Amino acid sequence: MGRPTGFLEIRRNERSYESAASRINHFNEFVVPLPDAELQRQGARCMDCGIPFCHSGCPLNNLIPDWNDLTYQGDWDDALELLHATNNFPEFTGRVCPAPCEEACTLNLTDAPVTIKTIECALVDKGWEDGRIGPVIPKHRSGKRIAVVGSGPAGLACAQQLARAGHTVIVLEKNARIGGLLRYGIPDFKLNKQLINRRIAQMQAEGVRFHSNRHVGVDLSAASLVQNYEAVVLAGGSERPRELSVPGRELEGVLFAMDFLVRQNKRIGNESIEDDPLFHAKDKDVVVIGGGDTGSDCVGTSIRHGAKSITQIELLAKPPVKEDKSLTWPDWPMKLRTSTSHAEGCERDWSVSAKEFMGEHGRVTGIKLVRLDWDQDGDGARRMQEIPGSEFTLKADLVLLAMGFVNPIYEGMLEELGVELDARRNVRANTEDYRTSISNVFAAGDMRRGQSLVVWAIQEGRECARAVDEFLSKSSV
Amino acid sequence: MSGLLNPSKEHDSCGIGFVVDIKNRKSHDIIHQGLDILVNLAHRGAVGADPLAGDGAGILLQIPDQLLREECANLGFELPPAGKYAVGMVFMPRDEASHTACQGALEDYAVAEGQRLLGWRDVPVDSSCLGYSVKPDEPVIRQIFIGRAESCPDIDAFERKLYVIRKRTHRTIRAMDIEGHDSFYIASLSARTVLYKGMVLGNNLSRYYLDLGDTRMVSALALVHQRFSTNTFPSWQLAQPFRYICHNGEINTLQGNINWMRARRASMKSDLLGTDLAKLWPLLGDIVSDSATFDNALEFLVAGGYSLAHAMMMLIPEAWLNNPLMDEERRAFYEYHAALMEPWDGPAAIAFTDGRQIGATLDRNGLRPARYIITDDDRVVMSSETGVSDVPEEKILKKWRLQPGKMLLIDLEQGRIIDDAELKVELAGAKPYQKWLDETQIDVGRLPDEVYAMPPDPQTLLNRQRAFGYTQEDIKFFLKPMAVSGMDPVGAMGRDTPPAALSEQPKMLYDYFKQKFAQVTNPPIDPIREELVMSLVSYIGPRPNLLDLNTGGSHMRLEVRQPILTDMDLERIRRVEDNSGDAFRTRRVSICYPAEEGERGMESALSRVCDEAEQAVRGLYNIVILTDRGMDADRIAIPALLATSAVHHHLLRTGLRTEMGLVIETGEARKVHDFCCLAGYGAEAINPYLAFDTLSKMLGDPGTDLDPDITEAELHKRYIKAINKGILKVMSKMGISTYQSYCGAQIFDAIGLSSRFVERYFTGTDSVIEGIDLSHVSEETVRRHRSAYDKPEGAGRTLEDGGEIAFRRRGEVHQWTPDTMSALHRAVRTGDYAKFKLFSAQIDDQTRHLKNLRGLFELEYAEEALPLDEVEPVENIVKRFATGAMSFGSISWEAHTTLAIAMNRLGGKSNTGEGGEVADRFTPTVDGDSMRSAIKQVASGRFGVTAEYLVNADDIQIKMAQGAKPGEGGQLPGHKVNEWIAQVRHSTPGVGLISPPPHHDIYSIEDLAQLIHDLKNVNPAARISVKLVSEVGVGTVAAGVSKAHADHVTISGDDGGTGASPLTSIYHAGSAWELGLAETHQTLVNNNLRGRIAVQVDGGFRTGRDVVIGALLGADEFGFATAALMAVGCLMMRKCHLNTCPVGIATQDPELRKRFTGEPEHVENYMRFVAEEVREIMARLGFRTMQEMIGQSSRLNTRKAIDHHKAHGLDFSRVLHQPKVPRDVAIYNCQTQDHGLEGALDRELIRKSEASIDSGMPVVIDGVTVRNVNRTFGAMLSGEVARRHGHKGLADDTIRILAKGTGGQSFGAFLARGITIDLTGDANDYAGKGLSGGRLIIRPAEELRVAAEENIVVGNTVLYGAICGECYFRGVAGERFAVRNSGATAVVEGVGDHGCEYMTGGVVVVLGNTGRNFAAGMSGGVAYVLDETGDFEIRTNMAMVELEPVADEAVALEAMDHQGLDLETHGMVELMQDMTRHDALRLRTLIERHKTFTGSVRARQILDNWEAYLPRFVKVMPVEYRAALEQMQAAAEPEAPVALSLNVGT
Repeated sequence: MGRPTGFLEIRRNERSYESAASRINHFNEFVVPLPDAELQRQGARCMDCGIPFCHSGCPLNNLIPDWNDLTYQGDWDDALELLHATNNFPEFTGRVCPAPCEEACTLNLTDAPVTIKTIECALVDKGWEDGRIGPVIPKHRSGKRIAVVGSGPAGLACAQQLARAGHTVIVLEKNARIGGLLRYGIPDFKLNKQLINRRIAQMQAEGVRFHSNRHVGVDLSAASLVQNYEAVVLAGGSERPRELSVPGRELEGVLFAMDFLVRQNKRIGNESIEDDPLFHAKDKDVVVIGGGDTGSDCVGTSIRHGAKSITQIELLAKPPVKEDKSLTWPDWPMKLRTSTSHAEGCERDWSVSAKEFMGEHGRVTGIKLVRLDWDQDGDGARRMQEIPGSEFTLKADLVLLAMGFVNPIYEGMLEELGVELDARRNVRANTEDYRTSISNVFAAGDMRRGQSLVVWAIQEGRECARAVDEFLSKSSV
Repeated sequence: MSGLLNPSKEHDSCGIGFVVDIKNRKSHDIIHQGLDILVNLAHRGAVGADPLAGDGAGILLQIPDQLLREECANLGFELPPAGKYAVGMVFMPRDEASHTACQGALEDYAVAEGQRLLGWRDVPVDSSCLGYSVKPDEPVIRQIFIGRAESCPDIDAFERKLYVIRKRTHRTIRAMDIEGHDSFYIASLSARTVLYKGMVLGNNLSRYYLDLGDTRMVSALALVHQRFSTNTFPSWQLAQPFRYICHNGEINTLQGNINWMRARRASMKSDLLGTDLAKLWPLLGDIVSDSATFDNALEFLVAGGYSLAHAMMMLIPEAWLNNPLMDEERRAFYEYHAALMEPWDGPAAIAFTDGRQIGATLDRNGLRPARYIITDDDRVVMSSETGVSDVPEEKILKKWRLQPGKMLLIDLEQGRIIDDAELKVELAGAKPYQKWLDETQIDVGRLPDEVYAMPPDPQTLLNRQRAFGYTQEDIKFFLKPMAVSGMDPVGAMGRDTPPAALSEQPKMLYDYFKQKFAQVTNPPIDPIREELVMSLVSYIGPRPNLLDLNTGGSHMRLEVRQPILTDMDLERIRRVEDNSGDAFRTRRVSICYPAEEGERGMESALSRVCDEAEQAVRGLYNIVILTDRGMDADRIAIPALLATSAVHHHLLRTGLRTEMGLVIETGEARKVHDFCCLAGYGAEAINPYLAFDTLSKMLGDPGTDLDPDITEAELHKRYIKAINKGILKVMSKMGISTYQSYCGAQIFDAIGLSSRFVERYFTGTDSVIEGIDLSHVSEETVRRHRSAYDKPEGAGRTLEDGGEIAFRRRGEVHQWTPDTMSALHRAVRTGDYAKFKLFSAQIDDQTRHLKNLRGLFELEYAEEALPLDEVEPVENIVKRFATGAMSFGSISWEAHTTLAIAMNRLGGKSNTGEGGEVADRFTPTVDGDSMRSAIKQVASGRFGVTAEYLVNADDIQIKMAQGAKPGEGGQLPGHKVNEWIAQVRHSTPGVGLISPPPHHDIYSIEDLAQLIHDLKNVNPAARISVKLVSEVGVGTVAAGVSKAHADHVTISGDDGGTGASPLTSIYHAGSAWELGLAETHQTLVNNNLRGRIAVQVDGGFRTGRDVVIGALLGADEFGFATAALMAVGCLMMRKCHLNTCPVGIATQDPELRKRFTGEPEHVENYMRFVAEEVREIMARLGFRTMQEMIGQSSRLNTRKAIDHHKAHGLDFSRVLHQPKVPRDVAIYNCQTQDHGLEGALDRELIRKSEASIDSGMPVVIDGVTVRNVNRTFGAMLSGEVARRHGHKGLADDTIRILAKGTGGQSFGAFLARGITIDLTGDANDYAGKGLSGGRLIIRPAEELRVAAEENIVVGNTVLYGAICGECYFRGVAGERFAVRNSGATAVVEGVGDHGCEYMTGGVVVVLGNTGRNFAAGMSGGVAYVLDETGDFEIRTNMAMVELEPVADEAVALEAMDHQGLDLETHGMVELMQDMTRHDALRLRTLIERHKTFTGSVRARQILDNWEAYLPRFVKVMPVEYRAALEQMQAAAEPEAPVALSLNVGT
């Protein structure tokens, strides 16, 4: 393990950022990595717990204490090897993961967890930089063919694992480029898209074949896949956004966040788009509804567009600045989180519910809101009540609805296949064998589990690959 | 045998003694005196539930010719002259037909061997003194008389024939199909001796055997024995003496010794025995007892032509290897014989006789007491205690003790005493042993260097590692730390992973073997501080003919200094043929077989390997190397342990084993435990090539831990060093000191292996719960092999995580996981029972993964549940709960007091752990809470164990073993001993503290009884508890504990926690509490000992279900340690040993302690939750009270539907067996022990000093006569003083007791300040134990003619754990003087071996000779030793101390001259406080006092010639202590500027 007393002697130190004033002028990543020596010092802070909560807090069960130690020792090779042993794409999670591992870190009991995410990101970035990451090409091919539908993190992880196990894998993507939400949902300032390209190149060398602009269930029959491939993996994500059904919803300028974010990503990716000012925040009063990560991305993007004002509102009550660790740790606590985008400048308001969009000439001009009172009743469930007389309005030229996603799009592929759904209308499959109601069709990622984090997508992709591999090896005897 | 009861696990120990007339004058008085010894040793024996049934006693005598002659004449036959006939003492079954058959067989064999049958005599007995429990087993006892045939030229030849007759008869009758055939037993059959023994109390022996009272009964010698057995299966045969010996101690290596004896069969030839040799098999084991087996071996050697003394020296050799004091000839004698016979290792005082000679010897450690006197009428009386025979002092010419490894021999024919030196010089010089050695001995290390193979490429290495089951943890926690530090790595907290038998990971075969360890019946050894007795020397290759006394020259002997072979060593052995003149021929036998044969191929492969090994031996190869180097993708390696043991046992069975050396070359062994297993099953040397290759690879890896300049050879060397240290520790925790004895000794329990499999390949190993067989072992092996070779590119790029030590999702299953731990934390913090149920549901659910044995048990609920309110309330149940023993020191003040407050509020109990307790905690706090721990622990270090500490206890717990590290001591490094901890432990800040592996006052069961007696005396109100760890055989130990009058016994599971212990121990020693508890309960119930002792169980208790199962298996009370720590915030960091606990529990760092967030309420909540859950289950089971539930194991069932490939073979029927006993036999604790305190002399002392204790008025109590049976004199009085006045006691000398006679054991134990005992006479072992401020003076009687400085005045282990006070002993003390002294001052005129061992404070002055190993582990205090011979340094263990002259400080002396002895009060105190200076003054002052108090002539001589003597004194100063004192002084300098001498007396 690192240094036994490292955590007592070394202060937590994270990556720093380019200043807000400067970074809002571009869409590039703005994180300044730590120098190697400092990274090693940070690795030394890890206590190598008997029960490493980080390792459990991480959906991928990353071997965090182990690579922390190797980082401390400067054994970059072995550290990277261990990192890749559980995570296909640490450069993605090292950038966009909210890092439940750090919440779970034992040192977070005193608010100074090991900088796990920083270390993870640095390990893999260094690996690419030094040319230590290359394809892992299988020695034998099974001849088994698998189609993976969807090229988000789940689909990619699944495809890579299966290819490395010697199977022949194609990935089908409805959009023009590979990457799913990684490419289209996450702004470039958080995840440079070249990182995705690099992985795709690696996977191609490993034998994965990518097909974009193939919308399964729309312009390609899902049934034919089921018939022509030994296994099909559904990794199409959970793309149906939560709706806000209040008067005025139809007004121009009230958009789903994704419509706004995808367009910006395509813009940067030089994909041909009609550059409708409707989807641009320049000089607008922007109101983002929904206090999550997507909302935060909307804030950051709007700032870079040059919005006049940005307000983000949230239905739930303002969480405490500091959680009661004795009751929340090591789980993900409800607490006030301020993202880099928030820091770049926006108003935030909580316990607020939209009652109505107001507009002129069919375009939105403002929102009527009401304040809420949350209280907790005996069984711990929280109930809300509108506070009479608390109505107020906000001026708004652009309203972005970022209230999450409810389930996968049913129309098209799922409908055609007729796979069973669960109560939340996700594709039904368990985490043992990931099999849907159709024997050779599997589901992974948000499509199976509902909207979640990139780490979960990778985890599901990997586990689903394991299940598919087992299925294929059994079916061959 | 039903249940877990197992008579073969009996241990015994006891009192031994003999009396002899040196001039061989026979008299009845000798017998009388012998019986007297028995009576006075009665307390060393035991009685069970039946007050008249002792554990056996006996007396071995010369044949009383006149008595027998006259009696036989009356019976109508005449005896030939003495020496021409033999008498046999025969025990026969009561059944008429049976005993006729027995007699017939014996007669037939007598005749068949050419001797004459003379007749039979009924031995007159009076059965009325027998207890009800032994009467049914009373044999018919008859004497047979056999006449010597002309064919026997002398008595020796006759004795050999008698031996053959006895052997043949025994074998035949035991095999007969007659009733009671196993009670047939020939106690003795000799022309010289006759043996009277039986299941009688020692003082009833002559009432039972009427012969003994007959005045015609005469003998010149009497050898007697009083037995204390752990068990009470009445057995007449097992009573001692045996035919040649009586034994106080235990043979730890018995199984190995038996195996090796058997292995010699083919290689033995004897001119003396000739063809009779073949009639003697089996040589050993006519009855099941270590001592009896030893007797068999001795008898065999004697029959083979060795003299008694010679044979004893072979069986129990001195420690010769590292002894600079031993002369070369004697060392050669031992070294030569080492190849003939491995030591029969264990604590032993053995007295022996053949009727012509009588003697006694002590094991190399001197772990049993033996004192003797020589009188002016030519008698020698030897006994476990002094004062057992009423000999007037003026008749005594010498009083001495047997010293470690030494022998006392009296030759009656020569009519003189032959002392150790003379005897051994003669034997060592009898043959040219050194020459023989020079001609035959080859040291592997001295063979020419050889070239050996380089490590493989990385991929091959990885494949091999995977195939042999290497994990990341093996490298991270074992190999690397070993290579970095050269130490066996240390970890913390307990094991919470499933036993190998339940694991879903492919486990190594080693994981199914649990190390056994010594507890109670024999002591573990300290392999570091007592290194001088340890040896790793191993002999490879054929052993010489054991019975060849004369040539010695034909067999070559290949020796290694330690058993781990480097690659070069192995190469040397492989090519030894070329370098040894063909004396050795090495054959490699591959233990790999074709992969395509898969699981099924292993059995035939094993047969093939055994066969090849046998063929090799028959083909005149004499070293076999079993190798798995040939493993690759196409060939699977048989687990090396399996192959080794299979070959070893195969060759044992064929009698070829000693014809051949067995060397293992394996990639599999890597951890200490692996090597121990291989050694235990026969490997003479092991080459772990893959471990070396793995280490070599580290050289290239970046890494900050490894010295960048380190060479490959150095890396390997450190690893070997670490393994060696580990092996020594594992051996020593069983009390075994030589690898030679450990090799093949099978000191393991098998957990989860089928008995069929074990019997076949690991013959003789205990297996309790059955389990997997060869097919599963091979399956696990094949799985590993496939994972290495079948899919190299996918998962195979790295090693598996392991997850055995630290939790990993893909690794081994743990009980404490992020989920269970946070669930528990939230439950106790919110006080929400529903949340607790979430926790317990996760712990109890074993449907997906099995986690422990109890997970397989199903509760049989009642058809109708009781209403919950009818079940006894939570408040009652929590009173049965205790928290575990965790010292203040191992955990923080905050954590320690939080637990105490919580348990006191609940009415449960918390435990101090080893480390004392601050007196402030004895009084309640202002808000009514109490921080006093109800349980006070007494562990081997005795830190802070004062009279005051003991009187403030509800329970006093003697920690014999700890689940995480049974058989081991502990160490608190100096940097952790801060001022606070030092204060509580009565030590010096900054000075390290060592807890020895054994309690130095408990080497056997009767010693434990003594300590129990001591503690009970100090605090008669407290329950005395003994903490044991589960292993096969713990039940019999517990029975012994109950018989030793403990009120309480704790059975700990092997998964108990620890603040620091070797990973080897945490993971591989001891067994699950389910097994130990069940065995304990069954044994106690069957022996009707259960009612008088409370049984507590602990080790991984977490939920109500755990408690219920514990109760059903027989526990009254329950301990929680880890779970209680969890309740106050523990996170299972497993970093306790690093002092970096991030939640302020296992740390003393003030910053980290601030992070502690635990509250008493959290613990209370937890305990209540558990109790509530217990109630719920009780309701469903239909029990209203806990008492109803205890021991109802029939309500447990093994789960029917276990879908686990390994669990199928498990069989718990013996564990769940519920003994069927009459209704009046208690099955839970409901009675109290009789401690026999009524007759204590202290009652009288207390009565006489009552007023003084209150008022402080001085009192003198004169005219007290003490005898050896008056044990623990002064302790009860001290308890009274401490109860009323605390540790500060009374003013010095307030109560002055003048006594005469021989003090019993523990004389003046825990003597409180203010009490002075002035004894004229002498005392036994443990005088001044735990001295708590009192003054102890012992001086010989005036009438004694022996010079005081040559007279032994106190026994062994004097001042053990003394805290403070003064002692003056005019005379010599035994071994281990002032061991673990914390602060007492003592003057003595000579000490035995191991003086001042582990001392941490105080001053010891030795005015005479010292034994070896002085100051071992001495970290504090000062000793001044008069070194007149100038060789003190070689007798000193210099590891922790420096020697220097005693500085003469003129000023100080002058000051003292002026003050005279006026130092008495104030000055004395200061003089003893500043240890950095005034040595001469201090020394002189103490000698002055010694003279004053004892009248010592020695002291006067020295004082009279002070200038001449002072330079001859050596000061022994611990290095650490000096540093600590200097540091303290530097800190205190401004306040104490002037030398104290100026203040003296003013």
